[in-house]
Amino acid sequence: MSWFTLRFFREVVKPRYEFNEFVKQSYLIGYKSFPLIAITGLILGFVMTIQSRPTLAEFGAVSWLPAMVSVSIVRELGPTIFALIFAGKVGSGIGAELASMKVTEQIDAMEVSGMNPYKYIVVTRVLATTLMLPLLVIVGDAISLFGAYMAVNLKGAVSFHLFFLQVFQSLDFSDVFPAVIKTFFFGFAIGLISCFKGYNSTNGTEGVGVAANSSVVLGSLSIFIIDMIAVQITSMLYS
Amino acid sequence: MKMETTVAEITHLRKSFGNNHVLNDINFKIEKGENLVVLGKSGSGKSVLIKCLVGLLELDGGDVILFGENISGLKERELNLLRKKVGFLFQSAALYDSMSVRENLEFPLRDLKSKPKEEIDALVMEALKNVGLENAIDKMPSELSGGMRKRIGLARTLILKPEIILYDEPTTGLDPITSQEISQLILDVQKKYNTASIIITHDTECARITANQMIIIKEGLVVAKGTFKEISESKDEWISSFFNKWKE
Repeated sequence: MSWFTLRFFREVVKPRYEFNEFVKQSYLIGYKSFPLIAITGLILGFVMTIQSRPTLAEFGAVSWLPAMVSVSIVRELGPTIFALIFAGKVGSGIGAELASMKVTEQIDAMEVSGMNPYKYIVVTRVLATTLMLPLLVIVGDAISLFGAYMAVNLKGAVSFHLFFLQVFQSLDFSDVFPAVIKTFFFGFAIGLISCFKGYNSTNGTEGVGVAANSSVVLGSLSIFIIDMIAVQITSMLYS
Repeated sequence: MKMETTVAEITHLRKSFGNNHVLNDINFKIEKGENLVVLGKSGSGKSVLIKCLVGLLELDGGDVILFGENISGLKERELNLLRKKVGFLFQSAALYDSMSVRENLEFPLRDLKSKPKEEIDALVMEALKNVGLENAIDKMPSELSGGMRKRIGLARTLILKPEIILYDEPTTGLDPITSQEISQLILDVQKKYNTASIIITHDTECARITANQMIIIKEGLVVAKGTFKEISESKDEWISSFFNKWKE
C-alpha cells in the first residue's frame, strides 16, 4: 500500500497528463453522486433539527437551534456522513470496476500496448475523488442547512433571512476551514484505498466482490481515523 | 550486410509460482514473418510464457531478447517503447468495457497526437476492414459476440502495425466455423503485414492452419519442435495424442 501511495505522488507530477479521463471521472464521481448527497443532506438537516428542538426547548434555548445545528453539521456531521456515503457509492464502484478490469485482463492489455495503466486508471480516479468530495460536502452542507430551515418552520415562523443570518453569525473560519480541508484527505483515502483494492485484486470474480467490499470497509474506517487526527490537530491549533 | 531477421529469442527461460515450477528451461526463437504455434495441455504454462515475453510477468531466470534487446535490462519507459512493436491478443480479447469499439481502437494511438483526426479515423477503419467488422465501429463491447470480440481485439492489436503478434488461445470458446475464420484471419494478417506470430493454443485445427513451426510444451520444457506435419507424425504416444483426430 505504501508503494502504491508513493507511486501516486510520482506519477501525478509526471507527464503525460490524462486530463480528459480526469474530467470524465470527475463527472462520474462528482456529478453523479450529487443527487444522493443532496437527498441525504436535506434529510440530515431536517432530522437533526427536529431531534434537537425538544432538548433546547427544555432549557428555553430554541432560538439557539440554527446556531447549534449549523455548527454540528458544518464541523462534523456533514463531512463525516457525506464522506461515508461517498465511500459506499464511489469506493465500492471503483473497487469493483478495477477488479473487473484486472480479471478480464484489461489492465494487462493497457500495459502491453505501451500505456501506463496506473496513470490512466488510478491517478485520474484518486484526483477526482480528492477534488470532488470537498465540493460535494460544501453543497451537501448548504442543502442540510436548508433542510434545517424547513424543520425550524414546522413549529415556528423564522424567515429565511433571519435563519441564515443566525447560521452565519454562529460559524467562523475555524469551523469551516478545517472541516473542508479534512474532506480532501477523506477523498484521497477513499480513492486510493479503492483503487489499491481493485488494482491488486486476485482470485477472479470472487476477488471483484472482495475488492468492492473491502474498499468500502477500509475507506469508511480511514474516514474515522483521519477525522480523529484532524480533530486533534484542529483543537491544538485553535485552542 | 547480413539482414537481422530474428524477432524474438528465448533462452533458458524459467518461471515459478511458489513451488509450482511452470516453465523450467524454455528455448526457441522466431524469425520475421514466421508463425510459431506453441501447443500444450491446459495449465502447461503456455500463457505464462507469452506474458513473460512482454514483461507482464517477471522472469525467474533466462533471457528474452526482443528485437535484439534483453527485456530484463530495460527500464519501464524503454520496455513501453518496445511493447509498441508487439501486439497481444488476449484469450478474452480484453476489450475496454467502458469504451466503444472506435475508442478501443483509438486508445493505442493516443501517443500519436500529432496525427490529424482524419488519419486516425482512417487507421481505425483500416483495422476494422482487416477483420471485416466496419459496421461495429460504434458498438459497445457488451453488444458483441465472442467471435466479434476476438476480431475487434485483433483489430486493436493491428492498429499499431506490430512486428510480432502474440495470440493467447485465439480460438478458445468459439464454434468450429468461427474458430476456422479466426485462424484464417491470423494467416491473412501474417501475409499482409509480414508479421511474426506466436500462437498459444491447444486447438490442433488452428495449429494446422496457422503454423510454420511448432513447439510442444510439457512440464515446463519444450519436448518437440518442427513443422505441423513432422510433429503430428511423431511416434511419441503423448505427443501423438494431440493429433488423434487427424489420424481417424
